Amino acid sequence: MIQLFAFYLFASIMIASGALTIFARNPVHSVLWLILAFFNAAGLMVLLGAEFIAMLLVIVYVGAVAVLFLFVVMMLNIDYAELRAGFVSYLPFGLLIAVILAAEILLGVGIWQAGPVELAQRAAPVPQDLPNIEAIGTLLYTRYIFLFEVAGLVLLVAMIGAIVLTHRSRDGVRGQNIDRQNRRRPQDATVNVNQPVGKGVEL
Amino acid sequence: MDMLTSLLMTTPELVLTGAGLILLMISAFGGDSTARIVSWLAIAALLSAGLTLCGLPGTGGQAFDGLYQADAFGVFAKVLIYAAAAVSILVAPRFFATTQGGMRAEYPILILFATVGMGLMVSAGDMLTLYVGLELNSLASYVLASFMRKDGRSAEAGLKYFVLGALASGILLYGTSLLYGFTGSTSYDGIATAMADGLSNGELFGLVFVLAGLAFKISAVPFHMWTPDVYEGSPTPVTAFFASAPKVAAITLLIRVVTEAMGSALDAWQQIIIFIALASIVFGAVAAIGQTNIKRLMAYSSINNVGFALIGLAAGTPEGVAAVLSYMAIYTIMTIGSFLCIMQMRDAEGRPVEDIASLAGLSQSRKGLAAAFAIFMFSLAGIPPMMGFWAKFLVFDAAVGAGLTVLAVIGIAASVIGAFYYLKIIKTVYFDEPAAAYAPAGSRIENAIMAVAATVIVLGYLLNPFLDRVTATAAASLF
Repeated sequence: MIQLFAFYLFASIMIASGALTIFARNPVHSVLWLILAFFNAAGLMVLLGAEFIAMLLVIVYVGAVAVLFLFVVMMLNIDYAELRAGFVSYLPFGLLIAVILAAEILLGVGIWQAGPVELAQRAAPVPQDLPNIEAIGTLLYTRYIFLFEVAGLVLLVAMIGAIVLTHRSRDGVRGQNIDRQNRRRPQDATVNVNQPVGKGVEL
Repeated sequence: MDMLTSLLMTTPELVLTGAGLILLMISAFGGDSTARIVSWLAIAALLSAGLTLCGLPGTGGQAFDGLYQADAFGVFAKVLIYAAAAVSILVAPRFFATTQGGMRAEYPILILFATVGMGLMVSAGDMLTLYVGLELNSLASYVLASFMRKDGRSAEAGLKYFVLGALASGILLYGTSLLYGFTGSTSYDGIATAMADGLSNGELFGLVFVLAGLAFKISAVPFHMWTPDVYEGSPTPVTAFFASAPKVAAITLLIRVVTEAMGSALDAWQQIIIFIALASIVFGAVAAIGQTNIKRLMAYSSINNVGFALIGLAAGTPEGVAAVLSYMAIYTIMTIGSFLCIMQMRDAEGRPVEDIASLAGLSQSRKGLAAAFAIFMFSLAGIPPMMGFWAKFLVFDAAVGAGLTVLAVIGIAASVIGAFYYLKIIKTVYFDEPAAAYAPAGSRIENAIMAVAATVIVLGYLLNPFLDRVTATAAASLF
């Protein structure tokens, strides 16, 4: 009973916040509604027993993607009134995509009723007695540890690449020299002057 | 099998990775002034990784539950890859010295990491290893393509390569996930077992998508569009690298996937390979005719050559695979030699020139360079007695042996068309009115490598018994 209640709660809030993401006038509000939708989707995943995907949704989508969206929306000066002005001219295209999506959903439902795809053999059968985070972790750090490490290497190369392509040493930039800052004493920086009245300050 | 045995089998990759990380530290703390020493250390790392290969063919086997395979086939490909990578590091400092910004220490490091990726590609025993290795190689390649970031063409090349490469990776991954869904396994053995009892529609779709993704990486028609732009825009040492090492890696990877994982679906992939082989040969030959830029011309030449190599693969026999391996070995030597010649093309101030017209009358100012050009172009055209002829002969022989006579005949006809533009370069070099002379000869290293490559191309027939035996052993480890 409580599951049913939780499902309808999460599902209805998710659909509502999804609709509000589109209809909100303020783009910052749109992103905030989107975050709410992600949270509720994560709740639905927990109900299904897929707690790993639920965590991923919160960490990756809420933690990284949504925050990135928020940054982009707030930092870029986009004229939303101008964006909305083209609504009518884009309407046919949007409707076309909507029809395609609807057709895909219908097709998906049809295939779903045809029964699941039969897999010939399973390299990694789903364990029944383990939570799936533990099961994924066990596979990732034992059987696939080699590939896991190489994936780390891929990220390292991506990092090197980003630095190689964008880093440049600029002239005329004041860098911070912490050692010099610490060595500086008050008497180097300040001077006590007995300023005579009626004369300008000499710097 | 315990972890240590598995790790020992991956020694070449471990050596290269370790060296890459150490050199990264050196260059990070020492700055670009360490570029020269880092380059030499990278070459030493490639050499020692090559030496560790010697112990492997005998003790080879599957490491990490079949994720990685150490066998004679992988060793053969890795020797070619390491040699090509070492040459592209050796020739780089002189090229980058004339460009804005000079030689940077990250160049040899990125080449090392790309080489690790290529090693994984050729030794993969699982679609996941294949993908991770391919990505490692590709990511390093994207950066290398736009290495001269202040040069508009180089940046454009990197961006184009990145966008199209990401698309191809997506297609490959989609195919892999289809194969996983319908066979229940990502390992080559598992896929082969599932395909043995007939090819289902889902498996066929997966196979087509995987082949499409890989065809992009070997720049076979119809997935070749990126090649001319990327080859033209990238710095010339990087272009030499792209045309040699990753090509060998991707072709050998393709061979392994279709023979080990999809061996029982021969009928399905054979027609695809035949189509892309023919399309590549014909398109590569015809489209190169109008080119005026020598690097673009070499791009079409590489498309053309990939087509010839695929003819051997289309045969689907051990002889065919051995012929492809011979082809790739000879192709690597010819290509590297040609690019060394191209790197000698510098105007009086030492800036690189890429115009074919500037080669006019080279035979009068630089006799040695002109002769080298002639040797490599004759060889690429497949004219006896150069080794390029032998390579083509082997793949055609394998195709005829497998009953694909029509394919061989079309291939031979197209190779005659292709010979036209190679001969046109030789005509420009030897018979045209002299253009402005080039800068004096290059470094001794470049000349030495060029001389060795030219000697191998001319006298390579002495090596034939050796090459035949090695490629036959390598091919036998797949069947």
